[in-house]
Amino acid sequence: MAVCETHKELYKELDEFIEKVKDKPGILIAVLHKAQEIFGWLPQEVQEYIAEKLGLPVSEVHGVVTFYNFFATKPKGKNQIKICLGTACYVKGADRVMERFLEELGVQAEEVTPDGLFSVHPVRCLGACSMAPVVLVGEKDFYGKVTPDMVSKIIAAYRRGGRNE
Amino acid sequence: MTPITVLISVDSNSILLGAREFANYMKDLIKEFNLDPIVTVLETVSLGSYNGVVIHVLPDDVYYSVKSKEQVRKIVEEHLLKGRQVWDLMVNKELIRPAEKFEVKEVRIVTRNIGVIDPRNIEEYIARDGYFALSKALQMKPDEVIEEIKKSGLRGRGGAGFPTGLKWEFTAKAKADQKYIVCNADEGEPGTFKDRLIMEGDPHTVIEGMIIAGYAVGATKGYIYIRGEYYNSVENLRKAIQDAYEYGFLGENILGSGFSFDLTVRLGAGAYICGEETALLESIEGKSGRPRLKPPYPPQVGLFGKPTVINNVETIANVPQIILNGADWYKSIGTPNSPGTKVFCLVGDVNRRGMVELPMGVTVRQVLYGFGGGVRGGRELKMVQTGGLAGTFIGLDKLDTPLDYDSMKNHGVSLGSGVILAIDDSHCVVDIALNVMEFFRHESCGKCTPCREGTRIACEILERMTKFEGTAEDLDYLRKIAEVTADTSFCGLGQSINVPLLSLIDNFREEFLEHIEKTCRANVCKAVLKKPKVQTK
Repeated sequence: MAVCETHKELYKELDEFIEKVKDKPGILIAVLHKAQEIFGWLPQEVQEYIAEKLGLPVSEVHGVVTFYNFFATKPKGKNQIKICLGTACYVKGADRVMERFLEELGVQAEEVTPDGLFSVHPVRCLGACSMAPVVLVGEKDFYGKVTPDMVSKIIAAYRRGGRNE
Repeated sequence: MTPITVLISVDSNSILLGAREFANYMKDLIKEFNLDPIVTVLETVSLGSYNGVVIHVLPDDVYYSVKSKEQVRKIVEEHLLKGRQVWDLMVNKELIRPAEKFEVKEVRIVTRNIGVIDPRNIEEYIARDGYFALSKALQMKPDEVIEEIKKSGLRGRGGAGFPTGLKWEFTAKAKADQKYIVCNADEGEPGTFKDRLIMEGDPHTVIEGMIIAGYAVGATKGYIYIRGEYYNSVENLRKAIQDAYEYGFLGENILGSGFSFDLTVRLGAGAYICGEETALLESIEGKSGRPRLKPPYPPQVGLFGKPTVINNVETIANVPQIILNGADWYKSIGTPNSPGTKVFCLVGDVNRRGMVELPMGVTVRQVLYGFGGGVRGGRELKMVQTGGLAGTFIGLDKLDTPLDYDSMKNHGVSLGSGVILAIDDSHCVVDIALNVMEFFRHESCGKCTPCREGTRIACEILERMTKFEGTAEDLDYLRKIAEVTADTSFCGLGQSINVPLLSLIDNFREEFLEHIEKTCRANVCKAVLKKPKVQTK
């Protein structure tokens, strides 16, 4: 595998983390969390690398990666739009919000827009039910009581670079 | 200590309303006006109303609800600087804390510190009797601690309601060189956010409860398994654990007692099934979260094959108060078979959504109308789902059922995790059923055939019905699928899908039949419109 300079840096960061925790029992999931934080997603090469470092079969690492929703085996958009489809949000119209996002961006769920800026992900309950329906962009930008009419404004804000336009 | 203290709610719900910006803006303004010698701003967690960010000014005991920075500025300029209360932003105390007017008195055991203390400051917790229960427990014998919990009648708050004291006793009696305490904070039940607010608003109470549990059963290591999505909770817990180590409540030789306990936070990675206790253990061990065959149960063979206590966040948060005030005090609250309180999450089509802690035995109607202020927008209430996604859907005839651990057995109304989801008449029963089943289909781990295939078939039938393509045979088949899946599934996930499904079919059979006749009274389902299929991994 050709490792370019930037990747070298990324692998180094991962190595440092693994070195710190590798003796703790059952640490694989924590390592995958870190790897996804560093790489953005978990390419096959990274999974193989982790398997070797932790002395686990690749099949086991791959099994864990594909089991959990949080781990991505495909690159995601720069801004991941997560739409809660839990019951409380659904009752408050999350499906219509979802439809509008897909329509405005012209993609299917889990698909990345051609410019790489967005991907839309239906997710399970985000635990903010009193603000339903809830949309989470990236890891921390929460939007509550979202209506379909707010969708284009939310997208526009991220086209300009962030939540606080 | 400054003469004026301002408490501002910065919890995950309030952050959606801009609480973080408001708090920072307020701090900046206070500096700008040179008010810092007399005003302290504390970030806390709010329980109640989410129509605006709640700001509580002490000692005046005035509550404000703000929606913009200008309003924050107004409070600083008028109230804090000039001493004039801002009437138009003030909210009635009863809106924030509706208990006084409410026929059922709010009892705050688990939530007693939420909204009152700064969760990132261990000293504020200590000032509210924090870690006092720990020192009391360490002076008791371990079996005395277990006896006290057993006597209190505390039962698991995660949904199943297993007596906590018994669980501890089984673990204590198991012989092993290492035992574990695990806190199940993988809150993923749609509609539930109580554990999140407990961990965000009062993380030390969870830590203290776990140390006491560890002492009682002879475990020296604990894990808190928490959803990766709960950033604020994770942050607050990690800070709290670090502080507890510094103050000697965690680590070697706690408070000079000779007892040692270590605590680690482990993040989940998005799998509903990991809330099932044995799947959770698999996940902590770094594997895919597939449930294990029981027996053996975790108190005998748990984490890494060792005896393990697994308790829900809310259960553990009860422990310090029981030790401090005694089992008899605890039993005086709630009902004889279900002592204590329950934290309810009220969501859906109600005027006030939020979280409230009430004694066991309160009725659905009391929570819905007393606390929630009724159905919003003048619509009619159609049904209520209690207990989470795997809970029961009930019609208006069952609103007066008291909620406790016996309500499922006696009245067919589940308590579960304490969710009360109000659904008004703009929603279609069949469509809701499809949403519920799609969730289960997606979260089924695929280990056993009945659950994997049963949830899929149920979705197919319901989807046909929403397109007016269902038949009367379909309805009978759906019922059979639900029963067979529940009877033959490997774990609690598949075993519980009959509860929501059958309660929907039984309580709202008419509406299912209407769909076979190609009508939908809520106008949600249409023959031509195809729901876009949402495919997830």
